[in-house]
Amino acid sequence: MSGRAIGDVILDVRDISLSFGGVNALTDVSFDVREHEVRAIIGPNGAGKSSMLNCINGVYQPQKGSISLRGETFRHMNSRQVAEMGVARTFQSLALFKGMSVLDNIMTGRNLKMTTNLFQQAIRWGAAEREETTQRIAVERIIDFLEIQPYRHTQVGRLPYGLQKRVDLGRALAMEPQILLLDEPMAGMNVEEKQDMSRFILDVNDEFGTTIVLIEHDMSVVMDISDRVVVLDYGKKIGDGAPAEVRSNPDVVAAYLGTDH
Amino acid sequence: MQTTFPALLLDHAARRPTAAALREKEFGIWQTLSWGDLAALVRSIACGLAAAGLKRDEHIVIVGENRPRLYASMLAAQSLGAIPVPLYQDAVATEYDFPIANAEVRFAIVEDQEQVDKMLDVRSRCPGLERIWFDDARGLRHYDEPGLVALDALVEAGREHHRAHGDFFAAEVARVRPGDVASMFFTSGTTGNPKGVVHTHETLIDRAAAGARFDKLTADDEVLAYLPPAWIGQNIFSYAQWLVCGYVVNCPESASTVTIDLKEIGPTYYFAPPRIFEGLLTSVMIRMEDAGRIKRWLFERAMTLARRVGPARMDGKPVALLDRLLYALGNLVIYAPLRNTLGFSRVRVAYTAGEAIGPDLFTFYRSIGINLKQLYGSTETAVFVCLQPDHEARADTVGVPIEGVELRVLDSGEILIRSPGLLKEYYRNPEATAEVLTDDGWYRTGDAGFVDAAGHLKIIDRAKDVGRLTGGASDGAIFAPKYVENKLKFFPYIKEAVAFGDGREMVCAFLNIDLEAVGNWAEKRNLPYGGYAELSQKPEVAALIRDCVDKANADLAADEKLAGSQISRFLILHKELDADDGELTRTRKVRRGFIGDRYGVLVDALYGGKSEQYVETEVRFEDGRTGKVTATLKIIDVPTYPPVGRAA
Repeated sequence: MSGRAIGDVILDVRDISLSFGGVNALTDVSFDVREHEVRAIIGPNGAGKSSMLNCINGVYQPQKGSISLRGETFRHMNSRQVAEMGVARTFQSLALFKGMSVLDNIMTGRNLKMTTNLFQQAIRWGAAEREETTQRIAVERIIDFLEIQPYRHTQVGRLPYGLQKRVDLGRALAMEPQILLLDEPMAGMNVEEKQDMSRFILDVNDEFGTTIVLIEHDMSVVMDISDRVVVLDYGKKIGDGAPAEVRSNPDVVAAYLGTDH
Repeated sequence: MQTTFPALLLDHAARRPTAAALREKEFGIWQTLSWGDLAALVRSIACGLAAAGLKRDEHIVIVGENRPRLYASMLAAQSLGAIPVPLYQDAVATEYDFPIANAEVRFAIVEDQEQVDKMLDVRSRCPGLERIWFDDARGLRHYDEPGLVALDALVEAGREHHRAHGDFFAAEVARVRPGDVASMFFTSGTTGNPKGVVHTHETLIDRAAAGARFDKLTADDEVLAYLPPAWIGQNIFSYAQWLVCGYVVNCPESASTVTIDLKEIGPTYYFAPPRIFEGLLTSVMIRMEDAGRIKRWLFERAMTLARRVGPARMDGKPVALLDRLLYALGNLVIYAPLRNTLGFSRVRVAYTAGEAIGPDLFTFYRSIGINLKQLYGSTETAVFVCLQPDHEARADTVGVPIEGVELRVLDSGEILIRSPGLLKEYYRNPEATAEVLTDDGWYRTGDAGFVDAAGHLKIIDRAKDVGRLTGGASDGAIFAPKYVENKLKFFPYIKEAVAFGDGREMVCAFLNIDLEAVGNWAEKRNLPYGGYAELSQKPEVAALIRDCVDKANADLAADEKLAGSQISRFLILHKELDADDGELTRTRKVRRGFIGDRYGVLVDALYGGKSEQYVETEVRFEDGRTGKVTATLKIIDVPTYPPVGRAA
């Protein structure tokens, strides 16, 4: 994380509250994300991490509060609009097309980059054929970047879990996002897979300057790769700052160690 | 052939500029570099290196996988009369210290961040290393180190230089003489510092051309370069012979895609050490186990036929009409698809070398129609010394001396070689050079062997390990421990073998069973066992292993010179030999002397005529604790056979 300069606030989350019926998932949560940084949201199970990501991503509409993306404030926005504004995400429970190859899965991430229409693509002639070539190059660069060349034509469902997670990241990268939301990218992985994934996240951040917002359960991993960390507990923000600050915050220690989750 | 590597390059570029020279799979597509483009790239790198101050006779280190631009870098250095020193890309940084300090290396061209990190580490100890160029910039953007520059920048600087000095490159190439040093290869050396083997353009090109004539290689051949370029084998196959023949060298996408790339390219000329052939066969067998019953039945039938008919067919011997028809059918259904799956559809010539190859493994490939052969050579001989002619491949020989090679066998069994491909010297090591090169131009291989009745060289062991039996029935007979051990280890049930016999009246052996293979065998017979120690001492297992040793003896008896090495008595050790206990080296070679001392009581029992022996052994567990294992081992006698002459 040496040379990349952290810029201005790119994503600003203000006083977000979200409830499902009588359950408050998030209560007055505010934080910001600066350009080119790795920002983590941590917290025990049920703290509201995924809900927060879903609000940013446009999947949930918060009852209160606002989200500003590059200075543009909005309250209601759908997932497609968010995607068009350069925000991509991966999922905790993998949402890949299991029966399709690695290559095709990543290609689906290029969807918004395609200019030809369905009809042209169906007959695959002229512009559509040229487009497929350029899109394929973009996909191949990602395959190269994530070092998954041996599995290019393998069905995703046949790959081990750690590699599926990598394909999921690849699909998100295919959108060439400015902000990448990662929902527990290391969940269910062994130590070696976690190290690999950490390296890829840092490489994405470093090579492409992508701003990264990641949710993680595993504190130690987060502390090593994040610039700043937000801590949620029971839907409220209880800590925010550099990893070292957060680690010594008594509320955070209590949330993680004081009670049994 | 009186020429140099850069001259060969320019010749190809002039005669066939658009023909493919190198291919590399990148971003999923095989990208081709023609001879014309390659020559231009080499010119740019050479001019860039000259501008950076690389001098004639200076060494430059090249480290990385097989990459077109690293090949071009070697050619560029040679164009200036400088000497490329390829180093193993998977070595740790400290292993580079000696070569770099020894040859006072100032410049290095490396593949990627991993290699750059190692070079920077080396530089903290060898400050003379001024410049490091890297091919792949990934992860290196924020490195701020003096003299660390992208290869792209070097190429650009070279283009600039060429625009200003148009005649420079051609003039430099013209100054390189065939007798100049072309490359230096460091041999790993089990003890002490590695030795730099110095080869000239003449030695490498002569051997490459001799090998090419032997196998009639042409510009239409295809090679996949996937072994370390620092190893002379790879360097000969994908560099020296590439430039001599002008064929296409293909670079795999990454180390993990080699099997896929092999299938896509379908090389016509292939080289691999036995372990690769073994790995490929295992992967086929595992997939066959999972196949349906009909397929498995078909495969077994076809393979039985192949084993019976295939080798004779490959040796050019007459085959009965019915067998020919059946084989053609098998080829259609099994052999051809299998060759395709292995990536060997187009292989015309395949070689294995380096270690002994098991007869079953060797026969498997030949029986399905792959022209697998063996060769003999080393770094010091520029590889090609002995090769097997197409119809004379055998598992236990290494072929006939090819053109230019003279062979001499000393009384001690050591093989001496004279050929135009011998090393010039060991770099800055006259004592080592004097040890291997005699005054009248012979090279001492350090290997022991003999030429058999068919004129094929047979290697039996390292010369220093070969002993003689004294007293007893075979007094004075040659004893080659490794040869005997290999014969035993080729049986799938035997994992390790340690043979004793030097200065003794007979040969005795310690064996380790293969826990998996013998375990499976026991399971099929409902033979219960609780672990290695128990399984190894079962009387049924003893009988199984005794049969193997008996077969090995029959085989040894067929060999006049080695008939005395038949095993008279053996025992199965109660524990597996382990590198942690110092019994094996890290590369799994048995340390015979150490084992003999450690189990002295067992050796005494073998030679003392006892039928069993109690033994106590200290073992080291993986967590570092030590414990004791005790057992009473049965000693088993095996009959030996009278020697059978080859003619009989």
